Amino acid sequence: MSEKTREICTVVSQESIGAGIYSMWIQTDRIAADAKPGQFVSLYTNDKSKILPRPISLCEIDKENGRLHLVYRVTGQGTGTDEFSQMKAGDTIPVLGPLGNGFPVEKAEGKTVFLMGGGIGVPPILELAKQMKCEKKQIIAGYRDCHTFLREEFEAAGTLYIATEDGSVGTKGNVMDAIRENALEADMIYACGPTPMLRAIKKYAEENGIECYISLEERMACGIGACLACVCKSREKDAHSNVNNKRICKDGPVFLSTEVEI
Amino acid sequence: MDMSVNIAGVEWKNPVTVASGTFGSGAEFADYVDINKLGAVTTKGVANVPWAGNPTPRVAEVYGGMMNAIGLQNPGIDLFCERDIPFLKKYDTKIIVNVCGHAPEEYLAVVERLADQPIDMMEINISCPNVNAGFLAFGQDAHHVEELTAQIKKIAKQPVIMKLTPNVTDITEIAKGAEAGGADAVSLINTLTGMKIDINRKTFALANKTGGVSGPIVKPIAVRMVYQVAQAVNIPIIGMGGISCAEDAIEFILAGASAVSVGTANFHNPAVTLEVIDGIEAYMKKNGFNSVKEMVGIVK
Repeated sequence: MSEKTREICTVVSQESIGAGIYSMWIQTDRIAADAKPGQFVSLYTNDKSKILPRPISLCEIDKENGRLHLVYRVTGQGTGTDEFSQMKAGDTIPVLGPLGNGFPVEKAEGKTVFLMGGGIGVPPILELAKQMKCEKKQIIAGYRDCHTFLREEFEAAGTLYIATEDGSVGTKGNVMDAIRENALEADMIYACGPTPMLRAIKKYAEENGIECYISLEERMACGIGACLACVCKSREKDAHSNVNNKRICKDGPVFLSTEVEI
Repeated sequence: MDMSVNIAGVEWKNPVTVASGTFGSGAEFADYVDINKLGAVTTKGVANVPWAGNPTPRVAEVYGGMMNAIGLQNPGIDLFCERDIPFLKKYDTKIIVNVCGHAPEEYLAVVERLADQPIDMMEINISCPNVNAGFLAFGQDAHHVEELTAQIKKIAKQPVIMKLTPNVTDITEIAKGAEAGGADAVSLINTLTGMKIDINRKTFALANKTGGVSGPIVKPIAVRMVYQVAQAVNIPIIGMGGISCAEDAIEFILAGASAVSVGTANFHNPAVTLEVIDGIEAYMKKNGFNSVKEMVGIVK
């Protein structure tokens, strides 16, 4: 029966941690307790002219205090994310979640792992890195420039390799360049980032026979699997849709790389 | 307080349903809404065979609303009858199955398949392009609407609601066509065709180029059309288009709608339908109405 609901959450803290990148902690009643790495929440604006929720991935989950850490990019002036960035401690925000399936963190046990994040796909890798128990934890984070947000948190969670597009920190280039430059190897990959990056990782994983989980994104409307806006192509016919489409918000956002076409 | 309404012989416990495509077949929303409380559930459109829908992006936000071009992705009538109808039968609500097709024979195949199904009503989406008529939507030509309605009525075992597109010069002509074809009710409005350009990517915001505009921004147009149709036909009207609160729903009822559908607002708050139902009841109490029926079309 209907037991889930939109929660009115309270902002605990908010700070800018890079060019257009904001870090916000929110206090929840129930969402944090149920949350897993790789899941997301829908945030609703208070501006009545904006109808759709903004899906934001979970960067950290503090179950003990019922708090969620959200790190997000402001997509432009006057946007929903711009509104969120102006919220201060004590302000309230409607939140639905946790949504989506999350990363299968337990599969990493005993494995040599790459945890790869690119751009605003970096934050969800943090909670995954914190929870993961594996043989070797290699975190590869790709940034545009020297704004290497969450760097200290990642350094505390595993071995960090950084790639920057402008070469200001770490390897010049993308996360794949960082793997090559440091001659890294893995038998398990978890990744989140822009589609071209995920496409390259998927290809690398399949060529090398590595089990690989990728977190996809797409324009969403409902966020709960009903409207069929955010689909991706699946290799096999999907049991729910009865066509070769999977719902990113409900069946994902995390997919085994071999089950989807991107 | 009598919240019930009677739409073409089918008694709903209250006048609120959901707009097709915004609620799936209810399964995803059941976690957030007690479906037993809805007057009816209107399902996402179903065709005779599975449809894969359009490429992504399929949605975009616009000021006061959104646009969609999902392309009527659906699992096909066989899986729908096997899975979605039995799911909805677990609830104490009326079931309205929305039907889509590219050609009359496709609609008819679905209507025929629904004949022995335990559903209460069917709603026909005539905003789809008709492959036999130069891809003009069925709903854009009153004669096509009358003809298709008559064909459907010949084989339908449940009351037929024709869902009208607002992308026409005179919606009353289309509504009269549906009534002449024997429709038991009409529902309106479907989405208004729009376009959004992504100036950063320098291309269309939707992969389909155009999409259907919905949400609060379309409400005044929808209320006007419901009012016009209410003056033109004698069959019940299910009003929709941007309803996001009880006050919106009441506007449609006063303009002539016997029932209302909540659509895009489900994306903003999955439990909004319950607020709309409670709000209508509160309005009735405050304004001395004993039944919803007393309010229908009183603004002339």
